[in-house]
Amino acid sequence: MLPLILFYAFATILVLAALGVIVSRNPVYSALSLVLCFVTSAAIWLLIEAEFLALVLVLVYVGAVMVLFLFVVMMLDINLEELRTGFTRYAWLGWITAAVVVLEIVGVVFTRKLGINVMQGAAPLPANYSNTTELGTLLYSHYVYPFEIAAMVLLVAIVAAIALTLRHRQGHKVQNITQQVAVHARDRVRIVKMDSEQRK
Amino acid sequence: MITLAHLLTLSAVLFALSVAGIFLNRKNVLLLLMCIELLLLAANFNFIAFSRYLGQLDGQIFVFFVLTVAAAESAIGLAIVVVLFRNRRTIDVEQLNRLKG
Repeated sequence: MLPLILFYAFATILVLAALGVIVSRNPVYSALSLVLCFVTSAAIWLLIEAEFLALVLVLVYVGAVMVLFLFVVMMLDINLEELRTGFTRYAWLGWITAAVVVLEIVGVVFTRKLGINVMQGAAPLPANYSNTTELGTLLYSHYVYPFEIAAMVLLVAIVAAIALTLRHRQGHKVQNITQQVAVHARDRVRIVKMDSEQRK
Repeated sequence: MITLAHLLTLSAVLFALSVAGIFLNRKNVLLLLMCIELLLLAANFNFIAFSRYLGQLDGQIFVFFVLTVAAAESAIGLAIVVVLFRNRRTIDVEQLNRLKG
C-alpha cells in the first residue's frame, strides 16, 4: 500500500512540475521545474526497482544537462516579453492535442491489453538481486558494441559543441605549439668562443 | 501495488504535457529543447515500465542509450542556440528566416 501512496504523491508532483515547465513565464523557473521533474521521475524509477537508471538520471541529467541548460538560460540576454507574445494563440490547439494524445494512449493501454495483464503488479525480485550488476553484465557482454558507439556519440557531441561555439578573438595571446616543439637549441642559445682577457 | 497501467498512464500524461508545451512555447528555442527532454523522459518511462513488468532488462539498456543520445543532443542544441544568439541577438524561432528562398 505504501508504494502506491508514494507513487501517487510523486506522480502528482511530476505532473505539476511538468505543467510548471510549459507555462512558467521565466525560462529559469522552467529549467528548475524540469529539475524537479527529473528528481521525482528518479524517485518513481526507484519505486519500480530500476535503481541504476534512477541514479544515472539524477547524476547525468540534474547534475550535468540541467546545469548546462541553466547556464545557457542565464547567459543569454533574451527579451522575454517578445517571446511571450502570441503565447495563447495556439494554446487551444495544444491542449486539444494533449487531451487526444492522453485519450488515445490510455485507450490503447486499457482496451487492447498489450498481450499482458496491465492491472497486475510486477513479479517480486529475489532478495539478493542487484539491478546494477545485471545491467552491467548485459551492457558489457551483449551490448558492448552499441556501448562503444554511445561513447563515440558523446565524443562527437563534445567536439561539435566546442567547435560550434569556438570564437577566435583578436589580440589575445596564445601559444603556438608547433613552433614551440620545432625549436632547436641553436635558435635560442648562441655559444661564443673567445680568449680570456688579460688581467691588467 | 503499482501496476503497469499506472505507469503507462503517467507516461501518457507527461508526453501529452510536453506536446502541449511545444505548441505553447513555439517561439522560444530553449523551452522547445526542454520540452523535448520531457518528451524523452516520458518515452523512457514506458521502456522502464515494460522492462520491469516483462522481466527483461533490455528495455533498461535502451533507456541508457536514450539518455546518452539525449545528453549529446541537448549539448549540441544549446551550442547552436548560443551561436544563434551571438549572431542574431534573438532566439525567436519565427525570426529564423535567413535561409528562406
